[in-house]
Amino acid sequence: MELKAVGTAGTLESSDVMITIEPTKSGGIDLSLESSVINQYGRQIKAQVLDSLKRLGVENAKVIVNDHGALDCTIKARVECAYYRGCQCDVDGTYPWGGVIR
Amino acid sequence: MKNAVGREIPEELLNSGLRNGKGYEVYQGKGYRDGKYIKKQGPTTKIYQKPSESKILPSIREAVIKSGLKDGMTVSFHHHFRDGDYIVNMVMKEIVDLGIKDITIAASSLGSAHDPIADYIEQGIVTGIQTSGIRGRMGDVVSHGKLKTPAILRSHGGRVRAVEEGDVHIDVAFIGAPTCDEYGNARALGGKSDCGVLSYAVPDSEYADKVVVITDTLVPYPNFPASIHGINVDYVVKVDEIGNPKKIASAAARMTQNPRDLMMAENVAKIMTSTPWFKDGFSFQTGAGGPSLAVNRFLEPLMVERGIKMAWAIGGITGPICELQRKGLVGKIIDVQDFDVAAIEDIRTNPNHYEMTASEYANPANKGAFVNKLDFVVLAALEVDIDFNVNVITGSDGVLRGAPGGHPDTAEGAKCCIIVTPLTRGRMATICEKVVTVTTPGDCVDVVVTDYGLSVNPKRQDIIECLDKAGIKHVPIKELQEKAYSMVGKPDDLQWKDKVVAILEARDGTILDVVREIKPYEM
Repeated sequence: MELKAVGTAGTLESSDVMITIEPTKSGGIDLSLESSVINQYGRQIKAQVLDSLKRLGVENAKVIVNDHGALDCTIKARVECAYYRGCQCDVDGTYPWGGVIR
Repeated sequence: MKNAVGREIPEELLNSGLRNGKGYEVYQGKGYRDGKYIKKQGPTTKIYQKPSESKILPSIREAVIKSGLKDGMTVSFHHHFRDGDYIVNMVMKEIVDLGIKDITIAASSLGSAHDPIADYIEQGIVTGIQTSGIRGRMGDVVSHGKLKTPAILRSHGGRVRAVEEGDVHIDVAFIGAPTCDEYGNARALGGKSDCGVLSYAVPDSEYADKVVVITDTLVPYPNFPASIHGINVDYVVKVDEIGNPKKIASAAARMTQNPRDLMMAENVAKIMTSTPWFKDGFSFQTGAGGPSLAVNRFLEPLMVERGIKMAWAIGGITGPICELQRKGLVGKIIDVQDFDVAAIEDIRTNPNHYEMTASEYANPANKGAFVNKLDFVVLAALEVDIDFNVNVITGSDGVLRGAPGGHPDTAEGAKCCIIVTPLTRGRMATICEKVVTVTTPGDCVDVVVTDYGLSVNPKRQDIIECLDKAGIKHVPIKELQEKAYSMVGKPDDLQWKDKVVAILEARDGTILDVVREIKPYEM
């Protein structure tokens, strides 16, 4: 599985988060984070996003997080979805259901 | 110095002279000043002995000049026009255009209609703000330390006390009025922009040195029964529009259909019926928020079932309580503010719907305000902590965006104060370990109702007994807070700078809490 294109998931509704993942060649994870609850939850949102990316094996990417108060489970799901869309799993239907997505 | 709600109040604030030169005390607990005395500080007013026909001046500018307003003075406004208010901005523009500076605005409340004032704060022209509500850009610039002196935030009752006691001296009061005659008798009905009552402007008319009434509808003398009496008014100005009627009164406070709100409202009603105060002749106030307002709907069948009636309802009045009265279930409505067209229409025509002054409503320093005889109050909150302290002023980002209003007054006065709020709002835990800012002290809060259960203040063993007897389940508030954190995570503490940007006064004039300048978030 490899990031081939820009993958986006989520909405700008309240209690949701929009995640955009853009493949890059090097430079690690370049994260930009905006959130309506940044003062109280910015640290946790960042940790959740980075943790999910690590689990998915993403080492280099430009990641834009636009959060409107999403819970951790939502953030995790949106990161996974954005990543697999970036891997074009939605084109060839190769979502790795069971196990990897959790 | 730590106060009775455990908040650290900086020593230097206590003798900073912010209380019109007098020293501050920190909050000592509920009812601290009961039985003590105050000396009311009357205004210096001009004698009008020679007969004259009219007090009308051609413009606001003329009125500002004639009032003798100078650098360093304090002007006041009321908030009955809510988001539709034009008066504050019109008057402040003239004051600024005349080059007058170092102005303190002492308003009963300010709102998002007053964004232009933020510019005057940034320009250093407005150097003091005393209000109940602070929102929008004004809240933002004050939270970022742009106001020269800390804003002083008071409850509606606390403001009247402060005015009477001379904690704030109003040099010139500018009172917008839907109708006025040429001698200054003003009413809230009969004009183009009716607001129902002028309760919050009454202390200003009685305690300001100079009083200017601004109206868009001149009516023949005498405009009686008057809310603001001409004997207290120096000048009258007619303008084209005092406000936007559509924003002054919302069409109708919409009854919530949200099942979560309805469930909480129903539980509030059940709690009320389990207490000894739910009997014929009880008294009641509820806020205009979704679940609070919905309580009216659930009370009705319970009152009918028991064959009891409410003797009186007070507060910010909305259509649903007027409707309850039309059904014969409420004796009198005593009104300090109107939130919707239905309430304004009702006070126009209903002989049992009366206007009261802000002092009669909630002043802790008079000889007994309505809130002192209140049985139940149902209120909302942004946050409640495990000590039952309530925050209704600062958001989760630490920025000022609310108003204590009558919350602390009714909470202290009522025999049973019920807070109704969802456990979480988005990712915000409403029930938390420590509220950002204490606006109503926990010793005044009795029951907290959420969508995940309810909790009673352990200080109120009498209410706990009532609920147990009625089989209404309740849990320690700590459990609610833990439940909330388990869903949204434990919030990080907000980051503050040292500078105090606002003082939260308890209704008795002691310091309940302070708000500091917010630090920009860094990861």
